[in-house]
Formats: sequence, C-alpha cells, structure tokens
Amino acid sequence: MKIKEKFKIITSGIIQGNPTFVLFIGMCAVLAVTNTFSSAFGMGLAVIAVLVLSNVIISLIRKLVPDDIRIPVYIIVIAVLVTVIQMFMEAFTADLAATLGVYLPLVVVNCIILGRAEAYANKNTVLDSFLDGVGTGLGFMAAVSMVSIIREIVGTGAFGFTDPFTNTVLFQVQLFPQQYAISLFVQNAGAFLVLGLLVAVINAVSNKIIKKRELKAAAKKVPAVATQSEAGK
Amino acid sequence: MSGILVLAIGAIFVNNVILSRFLGICPLLGVSKKTENALGMSYALIFVVVFSALLSYGFYWLVLAPLHLEYLALTSFILIIAAFVQFVEMFLKKYMVGLYKALGIYLPLITTNCIVLLVALDNVSLGFNFLEMLVYSIAVPLGYMMIIVIFSVIRTRVDGNHKLPTPFRGNAIALILAALMALAFVGFGGLV
Repeated sequence: MKIKEKFKIITSGIIQGNPTFVLFIGMCAVLAVTNTFSSAFGMGLAVIAVLVLSNVIISLIRKLVPDDIRIPVYIIVIAVLVTVIQMFMEAFTADLAATLGVYLPLVVVNCIILGRAEAYANKNTVLDSFLDGVGTGLGFMAAVSMVSIIREIVGTGAFGFTDPFTNTVLFQVQLFPQQYAISLFVQNAGAFLVLGLLVAVINAVSNKIIKKRELKAAAKKVPAVATQSEAGK
Repeated sequence: MSGILVLAIGAIFVNNVILSRFLGICPLLGVSKKTENALGMSYALIFVVVFSALLSYGFYWLVLAPLHLEYLALTSFILIIAAFVQFVEMFLKKYMVGLYKALGIYLPLITTNCIVLLVALDNVSLGFNFLEMLVYSIAVPLGYMMIIVIFSVIRTRVDGNHKLPTPFRGNAIALILAALMALAFVGFGGLV
C-alpha cells in the first residue's frame, strides 16, 4: 500500500501532471533543444538533476526558511545548483554544453523547478519531494524525447544517439533517404509545429479516455435507474 | 553606427527572441489572449529588461570582473533581477498607483521570464560595450512586443472560430500559429 502510494507520486508527475503537455510550463527548453535526440536527452538529464536536488534541498530547509522570503531563497538554491551542473557539464560533456548554450543557464528560470519547489517540496517530506522531482523530471524527459525523436526522424530521415561523455556515436540508423526528409522539422518552425500537433493528439486521446470513463459510469447507473422506474410503474 | 543598426535589426527580426530563440513562450501562450494584456506585458518587460540589464552589466564589470568571480554571474544576475522587480513593484504601489494598476499584475510574472536573464547573460558573454548593451537590451524586448501583439490579434480571431476541431482548441492551435509565424520570419534570414 505504502509503496503503491509512493509510486503514484512518480507516475502523477509523468502523466496527470506532465509539465509540458498538461501544465504548459517550461516550454522554452522543450522547443529549443529538441532538434536532435542527443541534445534533448542531455537537457532532460540536466533538468532531472537540478529538479531532484532542488526538491530535496528545499524540502530539507522548509522549516528554517521564513515564509516571506521563501521565493528568493528558492531562486538562490536553484541558481547555485544550475551553476554547479553547468560547470560539471562544461568539464565532462563539453560538446553537449556547447550545443545547449544559453539554454543551460536558463534552466534557473525554468518554471518547472520553481513551480515544484513552491507547490510540492515546501510542504512535503524529503522522500516524497525526491520522488516528485524524479517523476516530474521524467515527465519532462518523456516530452522532450518525444518531440526530438519526431523532429529528428522526419527532419533528417535518420535517428542516432551520441554518448555525451565520450563523444562517440553509439548508433545511427538511416530510416529513409535524406532527400525525402522534410528539413522544416529540424528548423525553428518545426519545433512549434511538432509540439502543437503532439498537444492536439494528446488532447484527443485524453478526451476519449474521459468520455469512456463517463460512459462506464453512466452504464453502471442506468440499470439501477431502469429498475427503479419499472418498480414505479 | 551601422554596426549598432545591424545589431538592433538582428535582435528584432532575424534572431527574434520568440520565434527563433524560443524564449518567453509561457507568456506567449498565457497572456496573449487579449491585445491589451499583450501590450501591458510588453511595456513592463521593456522597462524591466533595460534597467536590470544596466544593473547586471554594471555589477559584472565593477564587482565580479575585478574580483575574478565571473562564475557567480548567473546567481548574482537572477538575484539582481528578482530584487529589482520586487523594488519596482513596491515603488509603483506607493508612488505611482495608476502605473501600478496598469503594469502591476505583470511584474511578478517577469521575474521568471527567461528574456530578462537572457539579455543580462548575453550582454556579458557577447562582450558588448555600453552602447551596444543598451541597444541590445531595448531591441530584444521590442522584438518580443512585436510578435506577442501580432500573435494576440491573430489569436482573438482564431479562438472565436467554432469550426476548429476540439483537440486543437487552446494551446495546440496557438503553437501551430507560432509555427506559421516562424515560417514567415525565415524570410528575414539573410538580412543581417
């Protein structure tokens, strides 16, 4: 039971509370770094690291911080964490850090991280906040991966992954000849287009699920109502 | 002088902060439903970007660079921005009630607007002199204003369209509209 509850914290960050497709926060990074899967994956890892660490630290200090100045304190914690991660990435994954460019320091103002600190970590225990960080981070990772995989395949006809630590190409598959690729998808407009279409697909699917649930609930109610009205006759 | 002009046109049209650098997307989706809100947000943004850029640029070259503490740039800039926005909010609330009513609700949103931090970081990392810094800090939010105002005008018409399929309503169609605008702005590509 306990484990099930903990597991729920993680899944709610990925599905019901997905930062990108449900809450529409932290969109800049989703659009900016998704032209290749490798860079999107790197950004996803960086966001997960910052989010988990900031959630844990803020949950640890939640009783020490006066309520009036909590937001500036959170911002400093997040800024320091981002600086550390940025230095780490510049040292060990220099090419990835160069590809992500200014979007790496801009993780500081990514609303996902401050949002989870304010909405979750300052009210919950360290373990729960850690799990929430993992879940929400994975939700972000899932979103950037989806967008980047579509953009890379349609835009270049190929799909590959480069290990950021050693800079070796782990695999590279050409799915269809490059001359048939729609290069628009790896350009700026493609980012908006793919995300817009994905949001529409997700809306359609979730509408269908909600409708099915309503029908099921209605089907359960109908026989009861029918027997009642028959009895009335 | 022509270098300054190229910098300004580049920041407004070619490397537009929304369409080609993907920043400030959250307010684009959130605030742009009404043109007057879009304008209010843009005025507040221009004001905050220019002054926080001046403060952070000064702080970097007068304090951080002489002490070799450049790695603190990110932390100190975000603090400067947050403190400045808070200060402006209090000042307007006390002394300029009319302006506060017009811009007040947008100010807290601006602290976490990536554009303010981007301009502060760019001013330092691109090695601008004082004049270039000033022009860049005005041009970037101007480019933002242009897009968000045009976008809000298009959006008021699209949102009233009942033929739109349900799954596309709201943010999905807004993102696709942004894609079409980005396509149009590719035309400025070779300008600078």
